[in-house]
Amino acid sequence: MASLKLFLLGIVICFGNPAAGTEADLSVAYQKIASGKRPQIKKALKIIVENRAGEYAGVLIALKESRLYFRDGVLLIRDNQGYHPWPAEMTAPEGKPRRIRINNSLRRSLNRTLGFLQIYSPDPALRLEAIRLLGSPRDPVVRRNLREVLEKEEDADVRHALEKSLAMVDLDSDDSMDQLAALQVLARTGGQDAFIRLKQMQRSADTDPLLLPDLNRALQKIDMRIFLAKFLANTAYGISLGSIMLMVSLGLAITFGLMGIINMAHGEMIMIGAYTTYVVQTIFSATLPGYLDYYIWLALPASFLVAFLVGIVIELLVIRHLYGRPLETLLATWGLSLILIQTVRMIFGAQNVEVASPSWLNGGWEIMDGLVLPFSRSFAVGVSIIVVLFVWWAMTRTSLGLRVRAIQMNRDMARCVGVDARRVDLLTFGFGSGLAGLAGVILSQIGNVGPELGQGYIIDSFMVVVVGGVGNVLGTVLGATGLGVFNKYLEPFTGAVFGKILILGLIILFIQRRPQGLFAIKGRSIET
Amino acid sequence: MRSVLKKVSLSAALLTAAGSGQAADTIKVGILHSLSGTMAISETSLKDVALMTIEEINAKGGVLGKKLEPVVVDPASNWPLFAEKARELLQKDKVAVTFGCWTSVSRKSVLPVYEELNGLLFYPVQYEGEESSYNVFYTGAAPNQQAIPAVEYLMSEDGGGAKRWILLGTDYVYPRTTNKILRYFLKSKGVKESDIYETYTPFGHSDYQTIVKKIKEFSAGKPTAVVSTINGDSNVPFYKELANQKLKAEDVPVVAFSVGEEELRGIDTSALVGHLAAWNYFMSMDNPQNKEFVSKWKAYVKKNKLPGGDKRVTNDPMEATYIGIKMWAQAVEQAGTTDVDAVRQAVGGQTVKSPSGFTITMDAKNHHLHKPVVIGEITPNGQFDIVWQTEGPVRAAPWSPYVPESKNKVADWTYPWICGNCTEPQAGKRKSLAH
Repeated sequence: MASLKLFLLGIVICFGNPAAGTEADLSVAYQKIASGKRPQIKKALKIIVENRAGEYAGVLIALKESRLYFRDGVLLIRDNQGYHPWPAEMTAPEGKPRRIRINNSLRRSLNRTLGFLQIYSPDPALRLEAIRLLGSPRDPVVRRNLREVLEKEEDADVRHALEKSLAMVDLDSDDSMDQLAALQVLARTGGQDAFIRLKQMQRSADTDPLLLPDLNRALQKIDMRIFLAKFLANTAYGISLGSIMLMVSLGLAITFGLMGIINMAHGEMIMIGAYTTYVVQTIFSATLPGYLDYYIWLALPASFLVAFLVGIVIELLVIRHLYGRPLETLLATWGLSLILIQTVRMIFGAQNVEVASPSWLNGGWEIMDGLVLPFSRSFAVGVSIIVVLFVWWAMTRTSLGLRVRAIQMNRDMARCVGVDARRVDLLTFGFGSGLAGLAGVILSQIGNVGPELGQGYIIDSFMVVVVGGVGNVLGTVLGATGLGVFNKYLEPFTGAVFGKILILGLIILFIQRRPQGLFAIKGRSIET
Repeated sequence: MRSVLKKVSLSAALLTAAGSGQAADTIKVGILHSLSGTMAISETSLKDVALMTIEEINAKGGVLGKKLEPVVVDPASNWPLFAEKARELLQKDKVAVTFGCWTSVSRKSVLPVYEELNGLLFYPVQYEGEESSYNVFYTGAAPNQQAIPAVEYLMSEDGGGAKRWILLGTDYVYPRTTNKILRYFLKSKGVKESDIYETYTPFGHSDYQTIVKKIKEFSAGKPTAVVSTINGDSNVPFYKELANQKLKAEDVPVVAFSVGEEELRGIDTSALVGHLAAWNYFMSMDNPQNKEFVSKWKAYVKKNKLPGGDKRVTNDPMEATYIGIKMWAQAVEQAGTTDVDAVRQAVGGQTVKSPSGFTITMDAKNHHLHKPVVIGEITPNGQFDIVWQTEGPVRAAPWSPYVPESKNKVADWTYPWICGNCTEPQAGKRKSLAH
């Protein structure tokens, strides 16, 4: 029976009558894809859309992911086990199959086709994704089908997206009723693209004057929404930049702010934290590949610990002998930073190492049209909040914190009442270094990990501590978020290069006016 | 007493003979690449591939019956140090030739040294053009062999028919000059000023949130393409941000001029599929020369246990370094000497069957290679799928015809021009050749 069917199919193909039947059409499409030529594949996609051939979705996804191969007119899908002919009952041809190479233009057609096939999916999330892939289709066949889908659609989000997708093209309609309906939809849902399109309509002489009041109202509404989105985006970006600055400067706020050590090797503590993350990740991928996504939870304490220990060693060997001599400390720690960079370069090489973010940190939330909050940045904000709370707790609620503050206010008096100043110094310096190590974990998720990683952050972190007010953790928090938000509001107007210069200039002015920073310590410190 | 004097003068004569390189049994070759600092990410591989090529030439008996002796120095991504190290190579080590530099600013820094001391430099990286020196051979691409064809491709229907352009770069001479040329080019194609957005970031910039958002806004409404001249390791955070904000290549393609296989090594490329790069060579090129080149490189990495191991890749500037060294060795054989003036004459017109699959020729007039232009799209495994290429090698135009102030300039080091930067022939007019 099956062979008879194939035989009939063969006849239809031989006589070349594509309109004769769906199966014949699709077998033409199959052959076109299996030719491996991009213009042919585009024609095949058209046939697939016309026939609404959902069974091709898997193949098209494989094609999009560069996993589709061909040989002697047979398509093969590759996975980890090898090549599988598609459909499965086909026999695999001899010889090595060739991969079908696609380009962006074909990828766009593929997205539209896949979107169209996926719109019939029972899962609303997939339907929503389908509309994103479709964009605003102009193909009349697709549009007719979409309208049918819209009539039956029950999910509010999908309806919303579908209406918007159709409205963008309806604006060009000859019927002003259609245009009016489209305007009303866009007033509710439109974003940047709709705004530009409507602006063009507003200026165009061909626009029906009767539409103008609705057009203007829609523009106003969209403009409001865009403004709000921009405001939210800049604030969100500012907070995320601020949280990074906070993480890199929190350790310094302790070593420089509380202890008064000008630690030029602070950046290298961050770098050590980042390299520890790399090592933890490497160990995970070698021993526990199944849990690779969770390496970061071990990397956080490990980085803190490693940086803490390095800090302790540095304190014992160098800084201990230089208290009260800021210039020598500066030079010695600068030399230390060079030694640390070179050591890391000798162990791991001068090249950057690859730290892959866990898969759950890739991507982001689309809060609203045009505003995406990346997971990795949100993670950084979350970690920095927890770390700040931890530091606040450690400084105000533990006996070590009490001793640190006592020594900061009056070292001699604190020693008189029995505080072991040397031991406290040692632990505090280690704690500050450990915090820098934590910053290294965060930085490894958003940027490069290389031996010079810390060099790029040392200036920023001193800047934050000085602006925030030396010796005050709350000042550091406000200084960092303030600088971050300010920077991000400035950047769209001035560009990244000039924005940075402007910020440095403003900080100089600020320090001139207020040398003690945002917050000065009020206390009976005899050293100041 | 006299005998003592005689001995002294004799040994002095011997020493000078040895110093002049005539009696030495090796030929010294300088390698001037940053092995530390920001550019180490890109330049270390060039040093490695240079050593590999020299080893290969030595295994075949060297040049003029002598072994090549590499002299490797590290200018540490420090531009003034490049000039210092170049002087050291020429005066102290007396190298016959130097292979080196990556960034344009480092090349500009050593240029006066090579011109003053009449040295010979082979520069292996694509660059902005607007330069030609008697003492330099450029084995990377000029703008018309990379930037212009890439933009033309993106304008074409196959490339997406881009109407709006974002020119994004690191803030230094190469991106600024390239974007200046591209701006003139785009305008000549009828692109309006309001459809071009140009922006720069500092070296080592790592926060691209605002810029990617801006790309999204700017691209609403019209097909848009981004031309990225971001250099060094800033590319990693930029591409990560593109992926995070879900800006797909199908929506807004990004074509990069400084991103190759080596730079992608540190990134998960699954979210970057379809973004483009324009070069003259890709590791994925399918031809016998490339197969040989890649397997030689893999074997060399393995033998010398280079860091990175089997993840090491080949890229365009490595291929250009390889071609450069081969051409120089052929020219020395032909000239029969390592004398700079003789070798320079012999380099012009040399051909090498290159890993790009084409026979590459050195242009005797403008000191640039004739190279094929290839555009590739990033694949999930960090390689490139070739989507467009020229039929054959293209001649370089060091002075861009699109820039008004340079369109009449000619780079031609043969008679009667003898000039890299003139609008009329110079024969008999000047004595000095440097500029």
